[in-house]
Amino acid sequence: MSEASVMTDELRKQIGVAGEPLVVEMEKGMLRKFVDAIGDPNPLWSDEEHAKKTKYGGITFPPGILAAIMMVGNRPPIEIPLPRGLDGGGEWEFFEPIRPGDTLTIECKIGDLVERQISMGKAIFIYHDTVWKNQKGQVVATSRTYGLKY
Amino acid sequence: MAKQLYYEDVEVGIDIPTLVKHPTTQQLVKWAGASGDYYQIHYDKDFAIATGLDGIIVHGRLKIAFLVQMLTDWIGDEGKVKKLACQHRGMDLPAVDMKCKGKVTNKYVKDGEHCVECEIWTENPEGRKTAPGTATLVLPSRGK
Repeated sequence: MSEASVMTDELRKQIGVAGEPLVVEMEKGMLRKFVDAIGDPNPLWSDEEHAKKTKYGGITFPPGILAAIMMVGNRPPIEIPLPRGLDGGGEWEFFEPIRPGDTLTIECKIGDLVERQISMGKAIFIYHDTVWKNQKGQVVATSRTYGLKY
Repeated sequence: MAKQLYYEDVEVGIDIPTLVKHPTTQQLVKWAGASGDYYQIHYDKDFAIATGLDGIIVHGRLKIAFLVQMLTDWIGDEGKVKKLACQHRGMDLPAVDMKCKGKVTNKYVKDGEHCVECEIWTENPEGRKTAPGTATLVLPSRGK
């Protein structure tokens, strides 16, 4: 990797750029497949009779669903001239439960771009800020996640 | 399910009950389908090796789902995960035990909510924390 900075003014202009909102219908079948894939038998996610007696009044999606790739929304395209990518992690804040039948609108923007030196060389950290809203207009959750190109 | 956990049951320093997962390659394929993550490093060994990995690795976001499972098992029906943070610090191989662990670091009442903060992490068979993070949980109180 050269010593020259990968971060250009062109790239900096991408900070704050949003992708097209993505609308996702939260189907019950999706919930079933999701908890089956995790291997999570919690009746809050699968047993209507049990869930009805709780404060939720019915089954809900585990909050971890928002970490799934299909829930990250449309990320704005960005060209970074580094060959490899890694998912870094992130932080999520949850406000409202997600129920089967909900329609979520996901908005994702580039929150920040930061150049750092890592053990494998030069890297650009890409931060994405995401907001999930339901059909009532309630903010269900927000997140700031990051990945790196290196 | 486990009995309901209350704010008063929790002390700083206590451990969250460990959840042991054993993600097989079949489970990774199920997760790929359920979550929409079809990156081949999670099911195609030749592809994974060609990118410089030792073999297939577990999806980082499946590990997050495992950590949420550990938390929601512990906090019961009336508890709530308010915040979650997790960083992918190490790769995990399939078909070995992955321990999901946590420890309470703080508890306080804020805006009427009984909050508990924890460190959380996944641990590989060598005892290394591969996905460390934090969580803020809201629990019911016996006082209400």
